[in-house]
Amino acid sequence: MISQDLSREQKIGLYRSMVLIRRFEERAAHLRQQGFIPGFLHPYVGQEGVAVGVCADLEEGDVITSTHRGHGHMLARGADPGRMYAELYARQDGYNRAKGGSLHMIDVELGFLGANGIVGGGIPLATGAGLQKKREGRGRVAVSFFGDGATNEGSFHESLNLASLWSLPVVYVCENNFYGEFTPQHKHQPIAEIARRADSYAMEGVVVEGNHVLEVREVALRAVERARAGEGPTLIEARTYRHRGHYEGDMARYRPPGELEEWLARDPLGLLEERLRTEGVGEERLEEVRAGVEKRLEEAVRFAEASPHPLPGEALEDVYMETHDGMALR
Amino acid sequence: MRRLRYGAAIGEALSEEMERDPDVFLIGEDIGEAGGVFGVTRGLQRRFGPDRVYDTPISEEGIVGAAVGAALVGARPVVEVMFGDFVTLAMDMLVNQAAKTCYMTGGRIGVPVTVRMVTGTAGATAGQHSQSLEAWFVHTPGIKVVAPSTAGDAKALMKAAIRDPDPVMVFEHKLLYGRADPVPDQVEPLPLGVGRVVREGEDVTVVSYLHTLHAALEAAESLEDEGISVEVLDPRTLVPFDRGLLSSSLRKTGRLVVAHEAPGRGGMGAEIAAMAAEEMWDCLRAPVVRVCGTNTPMPYAPELEGFVIPDAGRIAEGIRATVRQPAARRQSF
Repeated sequence: MISQDLSREQKIGLYRSMVLIRRFEERAAHLRQQGFIPGFLHPYVGQEGVAVGVCADLEEGDVITSTHRGHGHMLARGADPGRMYAELYARQDGYNRAKGGSLHMIDVELGFLGANGIVGGGIPLATGAGLQKKREGRGRVAVSFFGDGATNEGSFHESLNLASLWSLPVVYVCENNFYGEFTPQHKHQPIAEIARRADSYAMEGVVVEGNHVLEVREVALRAVERARAGEGPTLIEARTYRHRGHYEGDMARYRPPGELEEWLARDPLGLLEERLRTEGVGEERLEEVRAGVEKRLEEAVRFAEASPHPLPGEALEDVYMETHDGMALR
Repeated sequence: MRRLRYGAAIGEALSEEMERDPDVFLIGEDIGEAGGVFGVTRGLQRRFGPDRVYDTPISEEGIVGAAVGAALVGARPVVEVMFGDFVTLAMDMLVNQAAKTCYMTGGRIGVPVTVRMVTGTAGATAGQHSQSLEAWFVHTPGIKVVAPSTAGDAKALMKAAIRDPDPVMVFEHKLLYGRADPVPDQVEPLPLGVGRVVREGEDVTVVSYLHTLHAALEAAESLEDEGISVEVLDPRTLVPFDRGLLSSSLRKTGRLVVAHEAPGRGGMGAEIAAMAAEEMWDCLRAPVVRVCGTNTPMPYAPELEGFVIPDAGRIAEGIRATVRQPAARRQSF
């Protein structure tokens, strides 16, 4: 069941995705500071190895659910950064026609069942999507991303219990970034190793260094293959760290001195660059990848800027798929 | 025409819709082998198999969330929430997730999930097994709310709810399960938002639904001897609401009484009264009267429960009160 090794080009592809996420977020933070983005942002900077590693082997028909920190997952699933920026800008061409914003971006056709403003909110949805994938019997899977904080929610418990009981094709990916909003992990749960929670559901639980994208990819592929083969769900605890605050603007003063620096030394992009260099990829090639990403994001921002603002009347549209007589929306 | 019980009619609707559409499945606590606490799904698991009728752990958020998640990727699940009170445990999945999906995707996808809930009192069922929570969902844009009062409507509306592309909450009253009504052999889905004149009258319009509708009919009969002619409307669905039916009735009677079991404060009756005041003011000849549950939790003792819930006697009093009001003379400005 162990995966085939990735080619050098495939690894460069992972690098490209990670750079795309990193730069998408840094640009978004900057654009928000400049006043172009009206709502909240919860940047994924520092955690790129998890989204990219987990999504590397997903196929068409597989679906994922995400969190408030969802841009990375959405980009890793192949979303268009232009439509994402358009949504952040609250414009008509945004993924949600300017009715969702960062916390609610969604593209079901892409297999992205949504970021989520509710901690733990995506876990039951992924479980249900997994149930439907099992019913369809085509070997497709659902992946649920969530943080360490979400593992204290009832939705986590109810969903993992159900998924294990019914052997659903779901991969639960806990991105343990060691903070539930502003509260460090040791103050919000009495255990250090979240993967152990899998034991209570008779589920496979595994810990992985989330900043090593290739390790994440190995572990995730094994879980996905098990799910495809009908062998049931897995709980993956990917240990990682967010370089920025809980949301853009949070100064993260709750961090002990030196902690961020330790993690910066293990930056997922830096680790993969190092690996690629040892495999003979030159600096020029990496620079070429980075330049390509900048160009793409430049275009994406331009697309968002050019997209029209919604018209006030659009606020009354799309409440229902089907409206009926007597259904005053005003 | 055959007579069919309300519970059995719902069971038939579920069965026929599962027969018709393989994407429909049932999920809930003890609905399979046991057939549900009120027997509505009895025999369906045996007939359709455990992959169409799922017995679940007691995990309301997990179950409703799973149904919503499955609906996002092509299923048409029907969830049974054993007692409507337990829907409180699944509110995130309904209010924050299912209700918002269509809107927040800019109308690109809907959540075709049906949530069946047992509502109201059945005698000494007390505070956590008796509530009428429909107003919460009426208040939540993105959700449709259905409240059938007869067996035929229950079957027709359940079919419509299952085929509807949006989340639909169906409130089934405990005391109606045993009620039998004439039901045709073939029942087509009833479009949502179409109410019904249950009884014609001239002097006053009473709007009511679920079990209270039958108390309202009883009140209407009893007032005939007093020379008060009562029209009774059953909206059948609360969202959408048949405004046309209400206004045409008020145009005739000019007086409105709303009766329901849920507490009056912030309830459906308040919404209907506001609708009449805002949109049908020129029809009204007297203040609107609400006959509702008291603004209390549901007590256990049967005599206290009887005090809290409106019965035919209280509805009749409400009707008398509005009819006694002198018709207001409208001045034109």
